[in-house]
Amino acid sequence: MSSGLIGKKVGMTSVFDDEGNNVACTVVEAGPNVVTQVKSGSPDGYSAVQLGFDNVKEKNVTQAMLGHFEKAGCPPKRMLSEFRDFGESVELGDVVHVDDLFEEEERIDVVGVSKGKGFQGVVKRHGFSGVGMMTHGQSDRQRHPGSIGASADPSRVFKGVRMAGQTGGDRTKIQNLRVVRILADQNAILIHGSVPGPKSEYVKLHKK
Amino acid sequence: MATDLMSVVEATQLRDDVPAFDSGDTVNVHLRVVEGEKERIQQFEGVCLSRRGSGPNETFTVRKVSEGVGVERIFPIHSPRVAKIEVVRRGAVNRSKLTYLRGLSGKDARIQEQIRGN
Repeated sequence: MSSGLIGKKVGMTSVFDDEGNNVACTVVEAGPNVVTQVKSGSPDGYSAVQLGFDNVKEKNVTQAMLGHFEKAGCPPKRMLSEFRDFGESVELGDVVHVDDLFEEEERIDVVGVSKGKGFQGVVKRHGFSGVGMMTHGQSDRQRHPGSIGASADPSRVFKGVRMAGQTGGDRTKIQNLRVVRILADQNAILIHGSVPGPKSEYVKLHKK
Repeated sequence: MATDLMSVVEATQLRDDVPAFDSGDTVNVHLRVVEGEKERIQQFEGVCLSRRGSGPNETFTVRKVSEGVGVERIFPIHSPRVAKIEVVRRGAVNRSKLTYLRGLSGKDARIQEQIRGN
């Protein structure tokens, strides 16, 4: 983990690069983030920086959190996140912009919560190819998992056998995504390829 | 805010020097071709078969018959590799996608010129 920013996924589009190639990229509204807390040796035991992003109405914030934001001298924020080993030295209440931290062509890691797919079978969840055929007397076996283990020995199903279950909605990190463009005026960053999660999902952009 | 930002980003990609043309029109596309160090312009003239997509992803298909062989190329309208698009002739057609032209040749493949207006 290293320094980074909190952003919001806006959507996907494509832009033309200098050579005229059409590059698919994700638009992320990144920042401005406010430093809401600086943690250091004592009493926290580790050093980190807490950033806040996206304003929220005061009535929707608890008294305790209001006090926390008052210390930083900023309006209440919806999303708070800690970043270890923040590269630059920052102080409480500082505003961090996207162009302070990132530059174009840089490689970054993006963390988000992937789109929830609900309870899914093994074909969608693990890429199994199903068992049966449509014809030759088979019925209802097209999307089945097949055997889940041997019989009398070991008389049980081993742990970790891939089966149906909740799919998506996990914290997902995608590494080494290229920064295509930074629009400092709009606080926007364009990242090559896709980024986990639905539109308007909060994502964390980590510097390598 | 979110969709606003999207349109701001897309607006930076759009060109404002694209002439109005539609399927049925004969267009001359000037392409930038990079060969090693040198850059030159290559022209591709033919009938526009279709336009599809919107925003920076909009493309158009051009068909020409070269030495008896039908050739089709698809260009992104807003691509910087397209140096210029010239409208040579306006065609009057009753379809937005002229895929039927692929099966026709010679006199059958002619398109009547549009007389007035667009």
